[in-house]
Amino acid sequence: MDRRDFLKAAAVAGAALTLKMNGGMDIMSQTVRNAQTGDSVDLVAVMGGEADAMFQRAIAEMGGMGKFVKKGNKVAIKPNIGWDKSPELAGNTNPKLISAITQACFAAGASEVTVFDHTCDDWVACYKNSGIEAAAKAAGAKVMPAHEETYYREISLPQGKKLKRSKVHGAILDSDVWINVPILKHHGGANLSISMKNYMGLVWDRRIFHSTDLQQCIADICTMSKKPALCIVDAYRVLKTNGPRGKSASDVVLSKALFMSQDMVAADTSAARFFNQIREMPIEHVAHIANGESLKLGTMDIDKLNVKRIRM
Amino acid sequence: MLKTIRIIVSVLLFSTITFYFLDFSGVLPRFAGILPKLQFIPALLGLSIVTLAVLLTLTLLFGRAYCSSICPLGVFQDIISWFAKKTAKKKKRFKFNKAKTVLRWSMLALGMIAHQVGVTFLWGLLDPYSAFGRVATHVFKPIYVAGNNLLATIFTHFGNYTFYVIDNSILSVSTLLIALLTVAIVGLTAWKGGRTFCNTICPVGTFLGLLSKVSLFKVRIDADKCNRCSACAAKCKSSCIDSAGQTVDNSRCVVCFNCLGSCKKDALHFGLPAKKAAKTITDEPDASKRQFLASALVTAVAIPTALAEDKTKFISNKSAYTRQTPISPPGSLSAEHLLKHCTSCHLCISKCPTKVLKPAFMEYGIGGVMQPMMFFEKGFCNFDCTICSDICPNNALVHLTEEQKHTTQMGRVVFNQDICVVHTEGTNCGACAEHCPTQAVTMVPYKDGLTAPQTNPDICVGCGGCEFICPVRPYRAIFVEGNRVHQTAERIEEGKEQVLEFDDFGF
Repeated sequence: MDRRDFLKAAAVAGAALTLKMNGGMDIMSQTVRNAQTGDSVDLVAVMGGEADAMFQRAIAEMGGMGKFVKKGNKVAIKPNIGWDKSPELAGNTNPKLISAITQACFAAGASEVTVFDHTCDDWVACYKNSGIEAAAKAAGAKVMPAHEETYYREISLPQGKKLKRSKVHGAILDSDVWINVPILKHHGGANLSISMKNYMGLVWDRRIFHSTDLQQCIADICTMSKKPALCIVDAYRVLKTNGPRGKSASDVVLSKALFMSQDMVAADTSAARFFNQIREMPIEHVAHIANGESLKLGTMDIDKLNVKRIRM
Repeated sequence: MLKTIRIIVSVLLFSTITFYFLDFSGVLPRFAGILPKLQFIPALLGLSIVTLAVLLTLTLLFGRAYCSSICPLGVFQDIISWFAKKTAKKKKRFKFNKAKTVLRWSMLALGMIAHQVGVTFLWGLLDPYSAFGRVATHVFKPIYVAGNNLLATIFTHFGNYTFYVIDNSILSVSTLLIALLTVAIVGLTAWKGGRTFCNTICPVGTFLGLLSKVSLFKVRIDADKCNRCSACAAKCKSSCIDSAGQTVDNSRCVVCFNCLGSCKKDALHFGLPAKKAAKTITDEPDASKRQFLASALVTAVAIPTALAEDKTKFISNKSAYTRQTPISPPGSLSAEHLLKHCTSCHLCISKCPTKVLKPAFMEYGIGGVMQPMMFFEKGFCNFDCTICSDICPNNALVHLTEEQKHTTQMGRVVFNQDICVVHTEGTNCGACAEHCPTQAVTMVPYKDGLTAPQTNPDICVGCGGCEFICPVRPYRAIFVEGNRVHQTAERIEEGKEQVLEFDDFGF
């Protein structure tokens, strides 16, 4: 290959990359409409079903996974797998939900689905005992490690107020689409852990968040240009106290709910309001949500949104 | 035939125990963990009666089969010696040496006395299994991990996550140096003279040698058939066959059976006594050699000690706060128990999934140099994990069930409010409480919706989660102070999940 050929190839590759980026942007900006009624839907809230069934209902309301995942897409799914805990203890996202989302992605034509989290406890134990590794693999996903710095690459956050740079996991950076799947939990530091807080499992260095205004840094990392195509909040079991880790089953509430939106601020606002029915937690104390709204990441004014409420 | 069996068994046991030390991802089946538990000094210190009975019986029946096949350092020397033979330009021949009886027994006595007076460090240096364990952990494993990391990088590049990257940094420079020195010394003596280490320094060799003198089966020379050609002595890696005197020093013989096939006259056999008793040999030690080895040993022990003192001063000058009491691993009961039982084979260090163990320097005192100690730079002790206490062959870490582990208090949390982020910056943090498995650190309302850490050391287990994650530098706002004697933490109440049904979503 001579230099001219090389440059041509590079130009074509560059152009292809731009196209792909545009495709991604299209998905982000499109309005979602209910398949039957044609009504636009901003947020779906479901309660009363199993984790996988609630997801299937919600995604149908959003117009199906095909709206978000296109044929041949590389998809990254980011659950919360932070702790060496069994699913009953609500430390981690429900494995049945991860399995159902993976299947839906493949059904929509995804070429590859990757699941990972930067865990707090020993990652091997977390992946195994959360049940997520087995569930994801059984559904055909790849489960990727995230315990060493080599898996992360630095990005800049021009919109961030306090956090200007961060190292983000390659699975997100290399994906065409990513889906944010937190579990709703009480959190001793951030007060609640939902979609935005779940971003902390994408990054390598979390101490800097804690030492330089946690609530602002959470909002700052969420400004990274690649936004999740969907936020799916698992509230099948909720950790009401001693979060985010919990110490026993007495911290857990079986509440059977799920929230889904493209807007992370709206998703977190709805989940936070739901949490207040279990235990009082003023949403202004979960300051990263308001911080996210001021960074134009979404709206907290969910009463003005098209909300689809479903009871199963 | 006997030799072939010996080689097969040795290679099998050696490769399994070596790989057991390297195997971080659990490729080997669990029962491989029996091999460290078959080792002599660990069994002796851990009072594993069954293992001791098996090893003593084995020795009384067949001589030093332990040294021949079970001891990994023994087989390691055979491998080195085999390479030396293969690569030698001219044919390598062993020749008979007189027994270094005084040296051998001095080493044994020295090790035992050192152990009795609390300098287990020396006992650990001499124990062949522990010496090999340190070599495997600090020399072989980094090489293995480097290879793994290379594979992981390549495979990850192609979207395959079968291999994953593992941290490969040096845990302790002093221990690495000791391990390298061990490889160098044992390797060199093996290269030059086969099982020299086993018959001069090794206390296990000396003790089992005493028993093997009276073992039932032995290598014996039939004086009537023997023509004193010394072909057997040339094969003897223990240099214990005196063909001129037609005797085998069975206290040094490691029953490798290399000699048996070499005899053209069929004068050698391994078995029960023939009708004629073999001649006994007389020990005439070489005084100058003995003096040299003794002084070399004293130097070897003295130099690290001298270095150790320097390093401690350095550490205490540098840090404003240092842990007053080191945190000994779960199951160690107390620093004293650990000191008495641990020979620093570093199996626990190699196997710890969260890399929370490293060799101590002077934290436990001179006697406990190299013994495992908790540190929270790379991770913290997983609440549900009991691996180290499951695998310790010395019972230096006494086996803990998961329930026992949950209430074993290795240390207690200490909180320094003055430098905590919440108090100094007025922002949320909570990283410590987040990691606390017992909520010995919990976030309580502080002001303006902020929550601040509050500690309850009575329910703390000392896992170090809080210390590990605390973002405050250079000194952390929260850390664990070790318990010299482990205590029992108050048990966490196990409650039940609450089931709630809602009329509404809340919005």
